[in-house]
Amino acid sequence: MIEVSKKCIGCNKCVPVCPFAAINMVDKKAVMNEACTLCGVCVQVCPVQAITITREEASARDLSGYKGVWVYVELNETGDQPQAKKIKQVTFELLGAGRKLADELGEDLCAVLLADKNHNYDKELGAYGADKVYMVEHDELFEYNTDIFSTVIVSLVTRHKPSVMLYGATIQGRDLAPRVASTLYVGLTADCTALAIKDGLLLQSRPAFGGNIMADILAPKSRPQMSTVRPNVMKMNEPVHGRAALVVRESAKLDKSLRRVKVLERRISHDGGGVRIDNANIIVSGGRGMKSREKFRQLEELSKLLGGVVGASRAAVDLGFKEKAHQVGQSGTTVSPKLYLSFGISGAVQHIVGMKASDVIIAVNKDAGAPIFNVAKYGIVGDAHEIVPKLIEALKK
Amino acid sequence: MNIVVCVKQVPDSTEVKINPETGHLIRAGVPSIINPYDHFALQTALELKKKHDFKVTLVSMGPPQAKSVVQLGLALGADEGILLSDMAFAGSDTWSTSYALARAIKKLGKIDLILAGMQAIDGDTAQTGPGVAQQLGMPQVTFCEHVDVDGRRIIARKLIDGGYEIVEARPPVLLTMIMHKDYVPRYPSFLAVNASLKKPFHVWSAADIGAEPQFLGLKGSPTQVDKIYPPPQREKAAMFSGSGQEGMAKILQIMKAEHFIEE
Repeated sequence: MIEVSKKCIGCNKCVPVCPFAAINMVDKKAVMNEACTLCGVCVQVCPVQAITITREEASARDLSGYKGVWVYVELNETGDQPQAKKIKQVTFELLGAGRKLADELGEDLCAVLLADKNHNYDKELGAYGADKVYMVEHDELFEYNTDIFSTVIVSLVTRHKPSVMLYGATIQGRDLAPRVASTLYVGLTADCTALAIKDGLLLQSRPAFGGNIMADILAPKSRPQMSTVRPNVMKMNEPVHGRAALVVRESAKLDKSLRRVKVLERRISHDGGGVRIDNANIIVSGGRGMKSREKFRQLEELSKLLGGVVGASRAAVDLGFKEKAHQVGQSGTTVSPKLYLSFGISGAVQHIVGMKASDVIIAVNKDAGAPIFNVAKYGIVGDAHEIVPKLIEALKK
Repeated sequence: MNIVVCVKQVPDSTEVKINPETGHLIRAGVPSIINPYDHFALQTALELKKKHDFKVTLVSMGPPQAKSVVQLGLALGADEGILLSDMAFAGSDTWSTSYALARAIKKLGKIDLILAGMQAIDGDTAQTGPGVAQQLGMPQVTFCEHVDVDGRRIIARKLIDGGYEIVEARPPVLLTMIMHKDYVPRYPSFLAVNASLKKPFHVWSAADIGAEPQFLGLKGSPTQVDKIYPPPQREKAAMFSGSGQEGMAKILQIMKAEHFIEE
């Protein structure tokens, strides 16, 4: 419920910012009409805190009208040069996972696209499995902005009532989804690695405590049931070219004043310099056994050849072989790449905790009894100083 | 300016115990630390305090023993500490936790800047910061490495996928912090710990912050833990030993078999 208290001074600030034209001034007081979606934009701009939104108790909600599995379409970040953005791969992975959920529920799979211009995105989304594309084209959507994007998503959800909504667990997805979940008072599960339907509900599986435990999460009392899903986990379907999605165009009234955070500068690094170890696919990691800063540098060459990033054990960081930002472990960063290739790391507990959730671990160490072999899928007993240069040479060919 | 730093106590353990009946984590008896990302957020706030003479207030939620992380922050230089502690908060998910933290921050009066770790190392959700910002109607900037204040401009360097942005916001704003590469956590001296015991510290209940019970704890949380279980055990490593040449060939063979490189 939305209420305007006596504190309202009739300043009119809320009227132009309302994305739904749901506010009228009546006798110098704001009055909301039925177009209101409780998105809360007016609460944010009210200078005298006259507007309050009260949410109904979760148990009192009617959930029967919520239908459809939605996927938030994430476009890649571009630098200062204007260029058409591309749909990120994680979106196609979500469509792959969402397709299965939608089929099991007997509901539509819908992609939600916010952009300044549609560059045939709907065709691609259809090819990857979307039945419908909810499309909002607006100049103010030229770059991701938390306030603007969350306002539009909240309005679409309120209007069309999906039962499930999936986002990539990317930096953008993990910024947007919690904002939307908070506004709507609905459940959100972070960083899911598996999704299924259990008794009509979305069963969301995720690792916690740095991969030490798995948790299955349900959100039975609220809709949509929302998840962020790790990139590179779900399988995308083979695109069927020519398979068309129904395009549903949605309008949004977006005022510039909604943009409360302004981008002064954006840098995209094409050499992978912006890639951080916490979301890398491949990590080539070294420890004390690399012996020197110079020899450690070979790992950088190797990781570049594999398209990965360099990780380091605490010992290697303490010895000055690599900067702290690359440290894997409890006192560094917890990682879960697809491939973790380690050289000269014996595997102290604090390191193991930070990398054991990796999909495939290949460990190279001189000592056959090194504890890292307890978590590795493949153990190579050998000398890193012989193997690394040979590997670089072989990969160059 | 008035800065709030949200801090959380997290278990510092590789062994996680689970209550088999409720499926909830048992945190008692496990050594606890300040969440490392919160520690960085705290040091960032204290640097701003040093430069601009801001006031820094810590807000935490947890069982009574979570006082120790607030105490650590006070000893490092924060001015005041609040711990939200009440059985009514038990079992709160990120929505309910954000609700309680937002209520507490509202009670503190005019706040210009809120800093929090990007996520806690136990839950790894990164949802509570944005939740607090939304509940308070503030803009948010997530995954920040660096913050500067220039008059009424707050300038942050934040990560985006594949790069970074420099962004500007006006107070009030909430920022979540990742650790930048040169960061070294500081710990207080014994003397500083002693001196900090005189600083204002309060424990607030749900009633103290005017939180409505239906939004708190298990009852108020939209998400529920259905089951907690150990991750599938890995099989023992397939071991290989040989010369450098053989080792190299073996790694190439594995990477081809696992599709990391092309045949």
